[in-house]
Amino acid sequence: MALIASGNPLVSLKHVRFAYGAREILHDVDLTVHRGQVVAIMGGSGSGKTTLLRLIGGQLQANAGTVEVDGQNMGRLPVAALYALRRRMGMLFQFGALFTDMNVFDNVAFPLREHTALPAGTIRDLVLMKLHAVGLRGAAALMPSELSGGMARRVALARAVALDPMLMLYDEPFAGLDPISLGTIGHLIRRLNDALGAASIMVTHDVQASLDLVDYIYFVSEGGIVAHGAPADIRASNDPFVHQFVHAEADGPVPFHYPAPPMASLLDGARA
Amino acid sequence: MSALLRAIGAMTVNGIWRLGFMARFFYALLRYSGQSFRRLPLTIREIYFSGTLSLLIILVSGLFVGLVLGLQGYDILQRFGSSDALGIMVALSLLRELGPVVAGLLFASRAGSAVTAEIGLMKTTEQLQAMDMMAVNPIARVVAPRFWGGVISMPLLAAMFSAMGIFGGWLIGVLAIGVDDGAFWSQMRASVDFRYDIINGVIKSFVFGVAVSLIAVFEGYDCQPTAEGVSRAITRTVVSSALAILALDFVLTSFMFRGL
Ligand SMILES: Nc1ncnc2c1ncn2[C@@H]1O[C@H](COP(=O)(O)OP(=O)(O)OP(=O)(O)O)[C@@H](O)[C@H]1O
Ligand SMILES: [Mg+2]
Repeated sequence: MALIASGNPLVSLKHVRFAYGAREILHDVDLTVHRGQVVAIMGGSGSGKTTLLRLIGGQLQANAGTVEVDGQNMGRLPVAALYALRRRMGMLFQFGALFTDMNVFDNVAFPLREHTALPAGTIRDLVLMKLHAVGLRGAAALMPSELSGGMARRVALARAVALDPMLMLYDEPFAGLDPISLGTIGHLIRRLNDALGAASIMVTHDVQASLDLVDYIYFVSEGGIVAHGAPADIRASNDPFVHQFVHAEADGPVPFHYPAPPMASLLDGARA
Repeated sequence: MSALLRAIGAMTVNGIWRLGFMARFFYALLRYSGQSFRRLPLTIREIYFSGTLSLLIILVSGLFVGLVLGLQGYDILQRFGSSDALGIMVALSLLRELGPVVAGLLFASRAGSAVTAEIGLMKTTEQLQAMDMMAVNPIARVVAPRFWGGVISMPLLAAMFSAMGIFGGWLIGVLAIGVDDGAFWSQMRASVDFRYDIINGVIKSFVFGVAVSLIAVFEGYDCQPTAEGVSRAITRTVVSSALAILALDFVLTSFMFRGL
């Protein structure tokens, strides 16, 4: 399945550092994605995965290092060029971000109507095809407020791929999905990617599903890439990080707690 | 003491910084307005939401203000034996001042707050970011139509307010109190000057429309993306709009009406 890395990478991050104000979130991140690849980014909650996707999408600018997409430096792109590039990107937001004043159909039709001059009938067919692929053709007339969390995410997925992008960024596409939808959506992501010769980057917590699905995995922790490799290498790895993730162990190098003083000091304070 | 000075300094710097940001935002808004005018249905939809849906409250308030003007005006004017001038008084108060100002205040609390809430919630739920990621500029697609919808609606609403108010004054003055019908209208027609009174009133309501709409879209766009942030932004829209309307009214009046 894994394609041989050939030619220039579609996405390449080199020595990327990013901070929100004084708080450093990422330091010295290197990451490469080639056309045809589906790449997973994994890491603890709050480790900076969404931030990484935003850097690739050009919503945030790196404080140091370079983020390149299709050979263009995302930090220095003028707005027109950035928009031209984004027309060929699709992004699934962590919380869906559907337009609440439009129904499901209009949400998926939105990028088509904004960026193409296709006749209404063609747009209708395309939208229903995309909705059919995520299993929600029957929900076309519903408003976002009438959808469950998992349904909303599937609609957002259909919207993200409406223009058949060359690069797809998925922020937790599997969250809130039952096992059946999860399998279907996983296959859909893979199929779309291969059919279009595109590249996909997905942030996910679902280790087993992604081991079967993706070509390459990066593990993010404490602001850096701590491990990476193809699924077979990851399965065989005895790196403590990877081991903790793949086997879902509570104890290990990835802390469950956001940095804080020990709980005991809190209890002492309450008693005093 | 030094803490106080520092707080004042920080507030001033913050205020100026926000004003500068607002100016840049306004510039961007104007720059991308062309795009939203080319897609007229977007703006027409916002005229419906800001204008048409505010119509009822504007008409009802206008009627009540006119009724009160009729009563108060008659009470004052009859002391000088000039109750025939009731029509002039009602019409001029409404066209010059009350129409634009009261309609502006109502417009800010009815439509301005709604626009702030809508844009603020779109920001909070990442809809604006999603749009931006789809290479659709949220200022052109979301902000500009709402701004122009407000700017276009406001003078029309003020005109309706004044018309309704004059009708209210007539109801009280002519029907209830018995001022001469012919005198009421003929005096009004003779004394209300089209350029001096009506055009100036329209200019006022247009300026208020720009101010309120700009504040409303800016506060929504600039809000903290949380529930609390949106609610604070709505409050700021209503308060700043009211202050802006009253202050601008003084400035405009001092340029327009000097008893020349
Ligand atoms: N707008 C912001 N301002 C300041 N800090 C932020 C902001 N957004 C995120 N952060 C911080 O950046 C860190 C990384 O956030 P990010 O959303 O990238 O995490 P994540 O890996 O996607 O987590 P999750 O798996 O829970 O979605 C977090 O610790 C968060 O506190
Ligand atoms: Mg995240």
